[in-house]
Amino acid sequence: MNTLEVKNLCTHFFTRAGVVKAVDGVSFSIGRGKVLGLVGESGSGKSVTGFSILGLVDPPGRVVSGEILYKGKNLVGLPEEELRRLRGNRIAMIFQDPMMTLNPVLRVDTQMIETVLAHEKVSREEARQRSRDALGMVGIPSPDERLKSYPHQFSGGMRQRVAIAIALLHRPDLIVADEPTTALDVTIQGQILAEVQKLAQNLGTSLVWITHDLSVVAGLADEIAVMYAGRVVEQGEVNAVLDAPYHPYTHGLIGSVPSRNKRGEPLRQIPGMTPSLLSLAPGCAFKTRCNRADAACDVMPNLDELSPGRFARCVHPHVGAEA
Amino acid sequence: MALYLIRRLMQSGFVLIAMSLLVFLGVYAVGDPVEILISPDADQEERERAVRALGLDLPLWHQYLVFLGRALQGDLGRSFVFNEPAIQLILQRMPATLELAFGAMFISVLIGLPLGLYAGLRPDGRLSKTIMAGSILGFSLPSFWVGLMLIMLFAVQLGWLPSTGRGETAMLFGIRWSFLTGDGLAHILLPAINLSLFKISLVIRLTRAGVRETMLMDYVKFARAKGLTPFRVTFVHVFKNIMIPVVTVLGLELGGTIAFSVVTESVFAWPGMGKLIIDSINVLDRPVIVAYLMMIVLMFIVINLLVDLVYTLLDPRVRLEGKA
Repeated sequence: MNTLEVKNLCTHFFTRAGVVKAVDGVSFSIGRGKVLGLVGESGSGKSVTGFSILGLVDPPGRVVSGEILYKGKNLVGLPEEELRRLRGNRIAMIFQDPMMTLNPVLRVDTQMIETVLAHEKVSREEARQRSRDALGMVGIPSPDERLKSYPHQFSGGMRQRVAIAIALLHRPDLIVADEPTTALDVTIQGQILAEVQKLAQNLGTSLVWITHDLSVVAGLADEIAVMYAGRVVEQGEVNAVLDAPYHPYTHGLIGSVPSRNKRGEPLRQIPGMTPSLLSLAPGCAFKTRCNRADAACDVMPNLDELSPGRFARCVHPHVGAEA
Repeated sequence: MALYLIRRLMQSGFVLIAMSLLVFLGVYAVGDPVEILISPDADQEERERAVRALGLDLPLWHQYLVFLGRALQGDLGRSFVFNEPAIQLILQRMPATLELAFGAMFISVLIGLPLGLYAGLRPDGRLSKTIMAGSILGFSLPSFWVGLMLIMLFAVQLGWLPSTGRGETAMLFGIRWSFLTGDGLAHILLPAINLSLFKISLVIRLTRAGVRETMLMDYVKFARAKGLTPFRVTFVHVFKNIMIPVVTVLGLELGGTIAFSVVTESVFAWPGMGKLIIDSINVLDRPVIVAYLMMIVLMFIVINLLVDLVYTLLDPRVRLEGKA
């Protein structure tokens, strides 16, 4: 059984200006120990997808339809108390900005021990032991002393390690990682990625890795789902997608990576901006920025399987000779 | 820490000296106490004797230095009216004002914090909107009017509570306190409520703003993502963060309440410092006025220092350093 299956998830925000369909019919699944890279620009709905899985979408947003099956159990509409017992226990999350995720006025040990005690009836001493072991596991030196520190006494990379240690406390089946390395130095980023990959493999933890950085996904993920304006536009095995993307948007994303340019050439970019989710025209959301768009794009294309295991939502995909 | 305290105390010394100069000059500029103290039909010789006895014949700078020299020995002059040391007069009235001020603070925290928390957690609820509208009333109604209305309702119409005086007192540490006896508590209730109305509103608004701001922080969402109960998220993660602004403002408010509860003390005939200072101003009893203002300056300095110390307990990022 897959660890997580998301089926046709729709998360909408009901604002005064109108309904924002931040996530509009997203489906994917992740097997045990697998890593899914969820890629897209800011505002493509990837973070909201992550929060939807944990049931942490704040009003005015809410999951309006679809299913989130964790080991076959639908999390949508589950009572808050049951969701709470899963959160941080079976499904954990790591946030983007390590400077902001730890409470500045509570000591690290407080923040770790409370996580252990929230899900298991163990003594404080045992909870402290487990916290110390988790800190050691993510490569924090002298964890006994560090437990007594406050978050501001850690560097950004160390704080993210603490956050990861907290996420690993209960050896969850699934971790949703929302751009956890974006705010870090490249060297630290590499260390954290290697650490997480190793831990996930050892513990059999599945990962949803949300990012806009294709190079991160290339090294880490088994499968990739590219999101645009609240929908998945392309999905498939990570190397296949990155080597020969079908969707013009994925194509543009890969083209925008600076290292792929020749020296002296102007950097390639996707023209235009992500459309406002409040006023989406019918049809393909990418058509205003796409050089292949024509009248056929005025009808929303389906996410079709164009080759085995490869899906794309496009009328004019880069397939075969056309690519 | 020790260095910080030493620097802080030195600064406080300068503030005290500067304030004493300002207060002394300011009070000197207002009126001539001789006109009020000495009967109009006293002859010239009697007048001069009185002026000399009060030290009013010396030049201003000399008067100030005399005052300062005595102040350093704990003598802030003798009241012209009561012929008692001014400081002693003030200290006699202080317990009454202190228990009234602390009572008002206690009520404002007891009522303001829960209401503010509720309004912050459910900003769109009908009850929250009622609380917020009520807090505007608390801010804007003049306290003498509210005091009169409280007396009208609870003392005159319903007859539940007494409206004047301290009632029965009991001794603790050699000082008379009202809050230790049932009768005293009944007496303190109305003035304390009157004094606390503004502060309740203040605490409600501060707490609500703090809660709404903190609830949006990533660390609150992360705390929820860890699977903590809503109770723990609210009362540990959110609460400890909103206490920082609340403590600051309450500290300043406490000083203000002790120093300037004049109106409430007058309305409820509460024999505290506020009533003393008003009476002293009316008869131009200079030493009492000066001594009172100096006491208030000292009190603000102490309260600010205490607030800074409480900060370090609440917020680990605050470190009190010598250069602060």
